[in-house]
Amino acid sequence: MAHIEMDPQRWKQEVLKKYPKKVAKKREKSIVVHDGAEVLQKIQANVRTIPGIITQRGCTYAGCKGVVLGPTRDIVNLVHGPIGCSFYAWLTRRNQTLPPTPESENFMNYCFSTDMQDSNIVFGGEIKLKQAVREVFEIFKPKSIGIFSTCPVGLIGDDVHAVAREMKEELGINIFGFSCEGYKGVSQSAGHHIANNALMKHVIGLRDEAPKGKYKVNMLGEYNIGGDAFELERIFEKCGLTLISSFSGNSTIEQFERAHMADLNVVMCHRSINYVAEMMEKKFGIPWFKVNFIGAEATAKSLRKIAEYFGDQELIDRVEEVIAEEMVIVKKELEVIYPHTQGKLAMMFVGGSRAHHYQELFTELGMSTIAAGYEFGHRDDYEGRRVIPTIQIDADSRNIEELTIEADETRFNPRITEERKAELESKGCGFNDYEGMMVDMAKGALVIDDLSHYEMEKLIEAYHPDVFCAGIKEKYCVQKMGIPLKQLHSYDYGGPYAGFGGAVNFYKDIDMIVNTSIWKMIKAPWEAEPVIEAEFAV
Amino acid sequence: MTGAIKNTGTWASTRNACKLCAPLGASIVFKGIKGCVPMIHGSQGCATYIRRYMISHYKEPVDIASSNFSEETTIFGGRANFSTGVDNLVAQYQPEVIGIASACLSETIGEDIHGFIREYRAANRNKPLPEFVHASTPSYQGSHMDGFHHAVTATVSALARKGKTGGHINIFPGFISPEDIRHLKDILSDFGIPYVLFPDYSDTLDNPHWKEYQLIPEGGTSVGELKLTGSAKVSIELGYVFQQGRYKDSLKGNQKFQTAAEWLRQAYDIPFYKGGLPIGLKETDRFFKVLEDISGKPTPERHLRERGRLIDAYVDGHKYHFGKRAVVFGEEDLVIGIVSFLEEIGIETVLVASGGASGKLKAAIDTVTGGKRKHMLVMNEMDFEGINEITDELKPDIFIGNSKGYYISRRMGKPLVRVGFPIHDRFGGQRVQHIGYKGTQQLFDRITNALIEYKQEHSSVGYKYI
Repeated sequence: MAHIEMDPQRWKQEVLKKYPKKVAKKREKSIVVHDGAEVLQKIQANVRTIPGIITQRGCTYAGCKGVVLGPTRDIVNLVHGPIGCSFYAWLTRRNQTLPPTPESENFMNYCFSTDMQDSNIVFGGEIKLKQAVREVFEIFKPKSIGIFSTCPVGLIGDDVHAVAREMKEELGINIFGFSCEGYKGVSQSAGHHIANNALMKHVIGLRDEAPKGKYKVNMLGEYNIGGDAFELERIFEKCGLTLISSFSGNSTIEQFERAHMADLNVVMCHRSINYVAEMMEKKFGIPWFKVNFIGAEATAKSLRKIAEYFGDQELIDRVEEVIAEEMVIVKKELEVIYPHTQGKLAMMFVGGSRAHHYQELFTELGMSTIAAGYEFGHRDDYEGRRVIPTIQIDADSRNIEELTIEADETRFNPRITEERKAELESKGCGFNDYEGMMVDMAKGALVIDDLSHYEMEKLIEAYHPDVFCAGIKEKYCVQKMGIPLKQLHSYDYGGPYAGFGGAVNFYKDIDMIVNTSIWKMIKAPWEAEPVIEAEFAV
Repeated sequence: MTGAIKNTGTWASTRNACKLCAPLGASIVFKGIKGCVPMIHGSQGCATYIRRYMISHYKEPVDIASSNFSEETTIFGGRANFSTGVDNLVAQYQPEVIGIASACLSETIGEDIHGFIREYRAANRNKPLPEFVHASTPSYQGSHMDGFHHAVTATVSALARKGKTGGHINIFPGFISPEDIRHLKDILSDFGIPYVLFPDYSDTLDNPHWKEYQLIPEGGTSVGELKLTGSAKVSIELGYVFQQGRYKDSLKGNQKFQTAAEWLRQAYDIPFYKGGLPIGLKETDRFFKVLEDISGKPTPERHLRERGRLIDAYVDGHKYHFGKRAVVFGEEDLVIGIVSFLEEIGIETVLVASGGASGKLKAAIDTVTGGKRKHMLVMNEMDFEGINEITDELKPDIFIGNSKGYYISRRMGKPLVRVGFPIHDRFGGQRVQHIGYKGTQQLFDRITNALIEYKQEHSSVGYKYI
C-alpha cells in the first residue's frame, strides 16, 4: 500500500482548526514537528488534560497502586475507597511473577478493598479501614501491607497514614499508606512519584544484607509485563551479574529492603522511577544510569555499559561472549522477517518511556516511527534531563511531596570516585542522565504529548501507518479503521519483548500483525476514495 | 499461593469483588442511546478505567469523556470543567445526547449537576444543543447494576413526553448482551409489535467493520423513540430485583427507587408488566405469553419450533446434567434467570451469589424455584473470596458466571461456563446468548459440552462417543 504523505505541519494546523480556540492554543504546544535541529524543540507535557477531550491517561491512584506497587507479590495492597477503583486495578496490568514455590506468598491475585459505602463517606472510613487491615493480617500474615487512597478518602479527610502507623504498632508488620487520590496529579505520573517516595520512606534500606556477588545491580523501572523480567534475569545470570532488586517486576518486599546493598542502579522506565534512583544516590551513594533492554542492539549496548561500569575485564569478556552467542539467534530470525517489515511505518503513543524504547525494535525491523508520544511523560522524557531546571513547577506538581534526602550517616558510600565517574562519562556511561525520546527521532516526525482520541483518528486518516502501538482503549478504534494495533501495555497477552529472546518474539509478532491476510480483505477508507490532500513531505 | 482463605464470618473488607462500580453501569446505558457520548463528571481515571473495562469485554471503541477534576477543581468545584467538557464534546462529536454520570468525587463535594446543565443551556441558548441526561452514580452507592438502572430511569424521565397512547410498547430488558438485544428485537418484530427498546447497545457495543470511521457508532435508542416511551400502551420490564432494594449502609435506604416502568406509570399512567429475564423454558414461556396477550397473536411458528427443539435437547441431554451441582454468580437478575433454568434441567444450584445488595435475591430465587431447594445457599453482598471459602464443601461440578470467578474454577479443577459481564478471557463476550428459547438453547449446549468435555478429559479411556 502506498503511503500518502501529508506535510506534518499542515496536519497539525488542520487538526487544531477543529478545536475551540482556547483548546487549540493549548494543544498547539503539545504537538511538535521535529525539525531535526540539534537543539531540541520545546514540547509541552505533564499538563492537565482538557475536560471533554478523550484521553489515554489514567489517574494518580492507577500509577501508584497499579504500576509501581502492583507487581510486588508479597505486599498486600489494600484499596481504601469505593469498589470500582480496586476492581479495575485487579490483575489488569498483566505483570507476571514467579514465586519460588507454589506455597510461597503471592497476593497479586487478590483484590482487597474497603468497599466504602454511603455511611463511610458521611461518618468517615477509618474504623472500617482499620478493621480491613486487621482482616488482611489475619488472613495472610503478610510482611507488609500498603494502603492506597482513592478520591473520596482525601475529601472526607480519612488519615490513612495515621491508620497505617497505628496498625503497624498493633500488628508488628510494615504497614504504610499512600495519599494517591485520583485527582492529585495530571496523570498516573503523580502516582509514580508518590509510590517512589513511600518506598524510600518506608522500605528501602531496612535490611543490611545482600546476596554475594561481584557485580550487584538494581533494575529500576521494569514491571515484568509479559515476562520481560524473566528474560532479563536470564541474561543477567548468564553474564554473571547479580540482581539485588527489581523495581518492581517479579519483586518481593525483601528485595526492596536490601536494594541499597547494590553497587549500581540501572533505570529502564525513567518516568516512573527516576525519583528512587536519584534519592538512592543521595542517601547511599549508588550511581545510576539509563539503560534500555527493548531491542537486541539496545540490550547489547546496555550490557556493555554495565560491564564498563564495573570495569572488570572478566565481566567485559563474558558480556561480549553472551552478546555474540545471543545475536546469532537474533540475526537468524531477523534475516527471514526483515524483508517483510522493511520500509513499513509505525506510530506509538504509550507510557512514559515505552514510546521511546520500542522505536529501537522497529528500527531493527527496518521500520520507521513517524509519530510518537507519551501518555504521561514529562518534558525531560522528550527533551532530556538537561531541561529539568527549566521546567515550570505548576500547582499540580507542587501537590506531590518532594522528599529532602540526606546522605545516610553510616551507610552512605560512594561506589565510585569522581575521577572514575568522569572517566566513565567520557566513555558514554551518561550518569544521572536521560537524553529523552526526541533526540532519536527523525526530522519531520510528529511528537505529540497526551494524544487525544480525535488526534489519533486524524493521524491514521492522514498517514495510515502499518502498525499503531497503544493500549486496549485505542485498539478497537484503530482496527475499525483497518490498521492493526499492537498493545504495548499488555503486549496483547504475548511477550516477553525485552532482551534478546524478547526481540525475536517481537519481530515475529509484528511480522504476523502487519502481514496478516485480514488487512487485505478489509478496505481501508482511503483506499476507496482518492485523498485530495496528498502532498509530498518536507 | 493456592487454596482458599479459610475463615468464614462477616468481613469489613471486600475481597475480590463480585460487582463493579455504578458509573460503569450508567455508561453502558448511555451507550444504548443513539448519538450519545457519555461523560463522567469526576476524576479522569474513572473514565479511563471504565473504558478499559468495557472495551476488554465488548472489543469495540468506547469513547467516554471526563471532566478531568484536578485538586483545584476538587476544592473550588467542577462548574468550569463541566462546561469546558461539554463545549469540547459538542465541538468534536456533535452528539445528540450527552449522558452524564457522576463519580465519587463530584458526589462527595455535592456538585449540582442539574444546575450546571440548566446554566449551560441558558448560556448557550442560541446554539443547537444536545439533550442532557444525568444519572447520580457514586460508586459508594451500590454496584454497577444500581448505576445501570438509575441511568435507565434518568434517561426515560428526562426524555419521555406525554402523548396520545400509541400502538407501541416499551421494553426495558436490563443488562443483557448485545446478541440478546438483537434476539429480543427479532422476537418483537416476529410478533409484529411496535416497540421502543431501551437501552439498545446491540450495535454501539458490537458493530460490524466500518467503511468509514464513525466518531459515534451508529445504533442505539433515538431521542425520538425515547420521547415515545411516554405514550406507549404498556411497558415490559425484565428483572425481579433491579435496584429497588436498599443500598448497603445507605443513608438513602428509605428512599424508594423507581424503575423506568414504575416512573412511567406514575407520571403517565402507563401500565407495566414485570417478569424475570426470559432464561429457561418457564420464564421464557411467561415472557412469550405476555407478548401474545399484548399482540393478540399466537407465538410465531419459528419460536414454537425453537421451543420444541429446546425441549428435545432437554430430553436428550438429561443424562449429562441430572444431579450435577452448580455454583452460579453475577448480577442478581441474571443469576435468578440462570437458576430458574438450571432447575429445569436437573442441575442443582448449590450456591448462588451476587455482589448486589438488594436483600431480595433469596425471595426471588424461591419464587423461580418454588422454594424446593432447601439447601441452596443464596447470598447477597458476596465477594469471590466468600464464594471461594465455601466452595470446597459444596463440591460443585460446574461454575456459571463471569470471568472473574475463573480462579476458583481453576483451583477446583472444574469448568466455568462464562455468562454475563465481564468476559475478558474468552472471545465473543458481547455475543454470548442468554435469553429466549434460542438463547437458552445456546446456554444449554455450552453447559452440556462443558460437562462432557470435563468427563472426556478425565476419562482413562479416550472415548470419542460420550
